[in-house]
Amino acid sequence: MITLNHYLVLAAILFSIALVGILRRKNLLLLFFATEIALNAINIALAAFSKYLGDLTGQLFAFFIIAIAASEVAVGLGLLIIWYKRTGNIDLDSLQSMKW
Amino acid sequence: MEKYLYIALFAPLVSSLFAALFATKPKKLFVGIVASILLFISFVSSAILLSYLAGTEEIVKVTLFDWITTGKLNIPFGFVVDEVSVIMMVTVTLVSTLVHIYSIGYMEHDKGFNRFFSYLSAFVFSMLILVMSDNFAGLFIGWEGVGLCSWLLIGFWYYKKDEPREVNPSISPAWAANEAFIMNRIADLGMLLGLFLIYWHIGSLQYDVVFAHVDMFSISVITLMGIFLFIGAMGKSAQFPLHTWLADAMEGPTPVSALIHAATMVTAGVYLVIRSFPIYSQIPDIGFYIACLGAFVAVFAASMALVNTDLKRIIAYSTLSQLGYMFVAAGLEAYWIALFHLMTHAFFKALLFLGAGNVMHAMNDELNIFKMGGLYKVMKWTAIMMIIASLALSGIYPFAGFFSKDKILEVAFDSGHYLLWFTLWVGAGMTAFYSFRLIMLVFFGEERYKKYGFHPHEAPWYMLAAMAPLAVLAIIAGFFEEPFEEFVTRLLPEYHFHIHGILTVALVGLTTLIALSGIALAVYKYSHGGFSEKWKETFIYKLLYNQYYIPILYDKLFVEPYKELSKIAWKELDLRIVDATVDFIAGVIYSTGFKGRVIQSGNLSKMLRWMVIGLLILLILVVVYSMAR
Amino acid sequence: MYEVVAFYLFAALTITMFTITVMTKNALYAMTSLAAGMIFISAFFFLLDADFLGVVQIIVYSGAVMAVYAFGMMFLDTLKDVKEKNPSKKIVFFLSGMIALLLVIILLTPMISDKVQALYPVSDELGNAEAVGIVLFTKYLVPFEVAAIMLLVAMIAGIILASKRMDESITLKVDEEIEKEVKGSQ
Repeated sequence: MITLNHYLVLAAILFSIALVGILRRKNLLLLFFATEIALNAINIALAAFSKYLGDLTGQLFAFFIIAIAASEVAVGLGLLIIWYKRTGNIDLDSLQSMKW
Repeated sequence: MEKYLYIALFAPLVSSLFAALFATKPKKLFVGIVASILLFISFVSSAILLSYLAGTEEIVKVTLFDWITTGKLNIPFGFVVDEVSVIMMVTVTLVSTLVHIYSIGYMEHDKGFNRFFSYLSAFVFSMLILVMSDNFAGLFIGWEGVGLCSWLLIGFWYYKKDEPREVNPSISPAWAANEAFIMNRIADLGMLLGLFLIYWHIGSLQYDVVFAHVDMFSISVITLMGIFLFIGAMGKSAQFPLHTWLADAMEGPTPVSALIHAATMVTAGVYLVIRSFPIYSQIPDIGFYIACLGAFVAVFAASMALVNTDLKRIIAYSTLSQLGYMFVAAGLEAYWIALFHLMTHAFFKALLFLGAGNVMHAMNDELNIFKMGGLYKVMKWTAIMMIIASLALSGIYPFAGFFSKDKILEVAFDSGHYLLWFTLWVGAGMTAFYSFRLIMLVFFGEERYKKYGFHPHEAPWYMLAAMAPLAVLAIIAGFFEEPFEEFVTRLLPEYHFHIHGILTVALVGLTTLIALSGIALAVYKYSHGGFSEKWKETFIYKLLYNQYYIPILYDKLFVEPYKELSKIAWKELDLRIVDATVDFIAGVIYSTGFKGRVIQSGNLSKMLRWMVIGLLILLILVVVYSMAR
Repeated sequence: MYEVVAFYLFAALTITMFTITVMTKNALYAMTSLAAGMIFISAFFFLLDADFLGVVQIIVYSGAVMAVYAFGMMFLDTLKDVKEKNPSKKIVFFLSGMIALLLVIILLTPMISDKVQALYPVSDELGNAEAVGIVLFTKYLVPFEVAAIMLLVAMIAGIILASKRMDESITLKVDEEIEKEVKGSQ
């Protein structure tokens, strides 16, 4: 029998995979991918809560997270493209112009 | 009547605040005028209260608001106008009004003109709080307030440089101000202990409550209360051994010396003893000790005045000596006589100081009386008024001092302490001598000032006019003795003389005799060239001239060791422990910041790593916390 | 039984796909495996009776978001191998491993209690999409509208940001030309 804990552990594992991506990626585009994974992991947890608690709120939260992810992609990619046009790379370590 | 009470109390405060508005501005004449008018209003209100009280025998009591209310302690801001405080009020406001008017002329060319009036009025306000408060806490507030104003006014010319003791015995105004302040703090500690003791045993600081319950306690407790309160009085009234500050306080402007260090503040100690008479009448032994100390100071201070050459210091020692007389009367339970002498003394001593101020003005602030002489020709009115004051001080009939001072001598004789009487009697002779030595050296004889190139001139008319009422009072105040006695003994206990008739007359005669012979000696000696130079070489002269070496002794005994102690505390305690601790903490924070600076590298991937570390720590905390629960 | 099998199957698939996304050097592989992982995740939503959410996941994530990423990648020179200059892999795996461990420990404690009251209970009479619609357009109407505005703003922002100097192609340029331009613009 699959319980809530199964889903939560799965979500935790996926979230940790996303964390690995966030920590080791220097390429901004791939960093975005990692954040998408993290968001999806949370969505699974929310949907699982929704089912096992018999409450729709979890699912609705997941909808809003998807909406946020979509806008994040739109704005983030736009910025990324501009940055690429200016500097010719999208390496995270090059984003240091604010450094004193 | 409450209306007049508030006007009398708060007019000086208004005056002070008004003058404070212009404190940093250049001289504004109207500041002095407004201050004087407000003080006059205060005086008029006090006089109305006096006549009301004399007519109706009703004591005016008001409570402004609750001041401190915690637990069982309840101290209201209450004021009382009874027979004692109304006499003090009238004396204080009268002298201060005249001193204010006089100061307009005296401080004419001073750049701190407005500031001066602000301080002076603040002093009057504090003094009124002191005398009008209906509880010991309010009295203490006024007590500290006058101390503060005294500090401000002694150090009024704070910018003057320190000089060695040989050149200027009081070193500098700032030094003298600090000395006065610190000496008073020592005494105030005693007074505070007395107040705590009273509160501890009685549970209230209201006069009426305290005095109603004071006989319920054992004699040792009351003795302790009396001793501690008297220590406070010793500081404020400059009794031995806390007397050195008063002579040094002469560094302040002369109107200040007249108002604070002659007429009002220094008599606060006497007022305290008079006010606490229910305590002191329980403990005649302490009263006798007070009387002895007073008699000692009376002669001790007078002896220093005999040889001093500084115009103001002579008068300051005279004040000290007269305070001793007051304490003799208060200690021997002749409270009303002490209060009477306090009042008459306020008039003629203020007059003497204001006259000295005129002389100083004429002589460009020169204070050495051996550089003066023959000033009578140019300063006739000042001379006349100072002679009146000196006659009053010496106790010559019919001047005010005769009535009050002779009464004190009578009390001393009457109480059976003949040694005390003899001491005071000698003191009276000395008083007469040094007063007329001063008069002779300043106003008569050879015109020595010409040698030093001074061009003396008489003071302006309004300064003389301000002195005139005091001169009149110095002459006539003594004739109010009987109504005064009748008035204040409604509150204070009466003093019953055992000696009558011929003995009294004989005593008066003896006292007048020694006073007259003192005057005669001074007049004769100084009109024939004074004492020989050899006299100055003798040990006694040097001892007296150097104030019995007490200031130097204090320097060696207290100041030097304290300095050493402070140095040790600075080098060992402060630098090694306190500073080191602070530096260590600062160093730790600084180096932590220096090392932690790498976190803020501006590199996003490193920041992400730190973020994840933070997340990890939070999760660990969650686990630890849930397990601990 | 069928549910258990499905869960473990899709769990394994998702984990594999996402691991490839994070670990691969090739950006194209990463994107492809991410898209696959998204679709596998929608399977969980179907398993959890959240049909509508599953559909949205496929359409929005796998469809729209991944399409945007794909177009975005066309602007960037992503066919090169991605070089990751990482000082130490140990830290990365240690941190992630620890967090995974702690999360699992925390989440393994029983979560459901009787005290939880369902605010918007799932009803059997209505289908999932219907129920979601009712809640979304009653209780969550304002957040829904705000989210719509946010999406609009994001769309405008994306268009404006990406459309600057749209007429130039960067991918077709030689590296030197870009560098020259960069220096010129600075």
